[in-house]
Amino acid sequence: MAIEIWQNLAVLELPDVIHGPTSIFSPDGTPAHSVFGLSMLVLGITLSIFLIVGGLLLYALIRYRHRPTDINAAHEPAQIYGSNQIELSWTVVPILIVVMLFLATARVIYTTEHAPKPAEALDVTVIGHQFWWEYRYPKYGIVTANELHIPVSDRKHPTPTYLTMSSADTNHSFWVPRLAGKMDVIPNKINTMWIDPSVPGLYLGQCAQFCGAQHAKMLLRVYADSPAEFDAWIAHQKQPPVQPSLQDASVAEGQAVFLHNACISCHTIAGTVATGRFGPNLTHLASRDTFASGSVPNRPENIRAFVSDPAHFKPGALMPAMHLNDHDLDVVTAYLTTLK
Amino acid sequence: MATQTPVTAILDETTMIAPRSTALQVLHDWLTTVDHKKIGLMYIGYALLFIVIAGFEALLMRVQLAIPNNTFVSPQVFNRLFTMHGTTMIFFVAMPVLLGFGNYLIPLMIGARDMAFPRLNAFSFWVSAFGGLLLYFSYFGGSGLYGAGSAPDVGWWAYAPLTAKAFSPGHSTDYWTLAILLSGVGSIGTALNIVATAICMRCPGMKLSRMPLLVWVYLVMSLMIFVTISPLTAAQIMLMLDRYMGSHFFDTQAGGSAVLWMHFFWIFGHPEVYVLIMPAFAFANEIIPVFSRKAIFGYPAMVAATVGIGFVSLSVWAHHMFTVGMGPGANTFFVLSSMAVGVPTGIKIFNWLATIWGGKIHFTTSMMFAIGFLFQFLLAGLTGIMLAVAPFDWQLGNSYFVVAHFHYVIVGGILFMLFSAFYYWYPKMTGRMLSEKLGKWHFWLFLIGFHVTFDLMHIPGILGMPRRVYTYEADRGWMMWNLLVSSGAVVQTIGVLVFVYNLIWSYFKGPVAGADPWDAWTLEWSTASPPPSYNFAVIPSVESRRPLWDLKHPEDSDSHYE
Repeated sequence: MAIEIWQNLAVLELPDVIHGPTSIFSPDGTPAHSVFGLSMLVLGITLSIFLIVGGLLLYALIRYRHRPTDINAAHEPAQIYGSNQIELSWTVVPILIVVMLFLATARVIYTTEHAPKPAEALDVTVIGHQFWWEYRYPKYGIVTANELHIPVSDRKHPTPTYLTMSSADTNHSFWVPRLAGKMDVIPNKINTMWIDPSVPGLYLGQCAQFCGAQHAKMLLRVYADSPAEFDAWIAHQKQPPVQPSLQDASVAEGQAVFLHNACISCHTIAGTVATGRFGPNLTHLASRDTFASGSVPNRPENIRAFVSDPAHFKPGALMPAMHLNDHDLDVVTAYLTTLK
Repeated sequence: MATQTPVTAILDETTMIAPRSTALQVLHDWLTTVDHKKIGLMYIGYALLFIVIAGFEALLMRVQLAIPNNTFVSPQVFNRLFTMHGTTMIFFVAMPVLLGFGNYLIPLMIGARDMAFPRLNAFSFWVSAFGGLLLYFSYFGGSGLYGAGSAPDVGWWAYAPLTAKAFSPGHSTDYWTLAILLSGVGSIGTALNIVATAICMRCPGMKLSRMPLLVWVYLVMSLMIFVTISPLTAAQIMLMLDRYMGSHFFDTQAGGSAVLWMHFFWIFGHPEVYVLIMPAFAFANEIIPVFSRKAIFGYPAMVAATVGIGFVSLSVWAHHMFTVGMGPGANTFFVLSSMAVGVPTGIKIFNWLATIWGGKIHFTTSMMFAIGFLFQFLLAGLTGIMLAVAPFDWQLGNSYFVVAHFHYVIVGGILFMLFSAFYYWYPKMTGRMLSEKLGKWHFWLFLIGFHVTFDLMHIPGILGMPRRVYTYEADRGWMMWNLLVSSGAVVQTIGVLVFVYNLIWSYFKGPVAGADPWDAWTLEWSTASPPPSYNFAVIPSVESRRPLWDLKHPEDSDSHYE
């Protein structure tokens, strides 16, 4: 089909500056590729129209400029009032272009939104919160936050990931440009989309629907793991975190501080009394690269600063400053960093 | 090149020389006036005031976004800035300035002495004006309990449920709602007036088929205002009921629908874009022929295209919602309707091109802005076609590509044509020409600033930058583009300052214009500049679309061809 041809041509032509970690012109995965192919077709057509019409306009401006030195400068040009034939021609040609573009578009809409779901597909439930992401894996009984792990998908044995999405509060939108177009995450509405990266690695994105003060730092991180890595990750996430009683005293004290403060009304740590659901699940916090929805590197000093005052990183975030003293901050940080 | 026409010769100019009045009398005169020209000028002045405020807000945002992780303004302040910038620019700059030009020009162009309902006209203006003041009063009156902020910060679409009491405590959202409500009442009043005026007040001989295209376009625009403002007003009332009377239209926590608000808003919001671009078409229809020295090409096609855009644009709203999850059926329908609106729009561009073709183009500042409009509107239309392709929109909806696209329409299209209209009709409104030298400076500075800002703004969108972010990550490759975009904004600002200086300087020092400085063809140029309060000493009668052409060229009059 024409779209595939355009797609292949376009990959050769695009300059480097147009590629990037979140560029729609560096697609990986079927939905992003089919959008990319269609974009190239549309870009080609609109660019041709611009060159033709813009070129005619430029020619007319130069050719028909008023020349004061001309013999006929004082006279008005011939008055022409219109022509039905010409009007008809520049009505019919655009209609044909529209029909062609419409058919190409409808094809991509249906192949993306009506794609049959393979039996091997992974289901993940995505819940948008102000201002972080909750991911649930119903088949495995796993709940995690902000860093989505999915298996890579092989062209021959596709294992796409189907996302079922809704919001706990305001509207959000799930946009990882290299994997697929965005899909809004709306309260009281269930939306679905699917992604199937073929290359292992980290895919970045962020919330694309204004959702409140910290919309800008509601980042997305999708880890496409090889099948072995993914199975290992699942096995690890299923286990409860290591109990602190086996470790040093400050960790045990940190756990006590955590469990005796308001932390537990918003956060869950499996195997403890902390079962809150307003904030991210912290069961395996230390196994993540980042926290605060991908906006802060997961280092002890950052965790300490965040617990002390979240507004330091994310002004407007819903977590309040915990007003712990320095000692309590130290031990809570020690506890949280053990949650592998 | 001006020649005195019989109509001007007959004018009794003695009534125009009024005795000097005190400042209080002048103020009283303006506050109580029902003269369409004074109301039009007040609309324009009021819009100019707000464009300075909203432009300043844009500048602050561009400073914040110039580099990643900037802390020039807080996220809360940034969110207020983009909300106020958008709301102000649409409702309190674009609408009033376009209705103002319509108010001023329509009676003059159809040979009438005023609008059909002069008092309604004054009422509409003042209601809209108070709406704008109410919006900005939120900075003082909007805060409330629970650390609620002052000005509205929900974006100019104010998507539910961000506007619910739970997420927007305090009164800022209420000020937003009331401001929009009042502005809507004013717009509907003026639209009603324009329809009645165009239908009932035309001078003898001016059949609908001889009505100037500007008036035709304003007529269609006004009919669209009826259809589009009403759902917006209804939605605002529903939102107020939600916030204060315990209803649950949009309150998702009680089972309400966020998507319902989107439909209400965009069935207003998209036709609104055409409501705003229509006056730009209207100005182009008058200005391009005069400076090409040719009659407009395809007058009936232009009217048909305008009516066509009016109808089709009512069925395209959900192309703002391709990512909402409407399903393939609805998405496909709105792809087709959105692309279809490109056909009549294309017809307009081709007709302007054909008008220029074979003419003798005079590159006045007014014409140069109109030429800028043609190129930029063409490009904006083409990125519009791209965004009508739903899968493209799945990627680039809500990204900076969209921000660039609609600023291309609004700044590159509407504002350029508006500047063109200022240079063209300022002599009529004040009796003085705007300085052409300052005008050229204004044009080139603004053109360069515009292209640096809005051409390059497409690129961060393609690179994955969403809109409405107060800052962004340093590792995404967006910084260089944002820095350039921000620097272009500064150049645009300088251009606008030159324009404002020109407006003031030329009022006192500009060359005297005379009745007909452009050797033009429509009726407003047959009366003095500025026109007396009664517009025409004798109500003119016309025999063609270009009555002054007929007077100037009796041997080759239009009436032979129509």
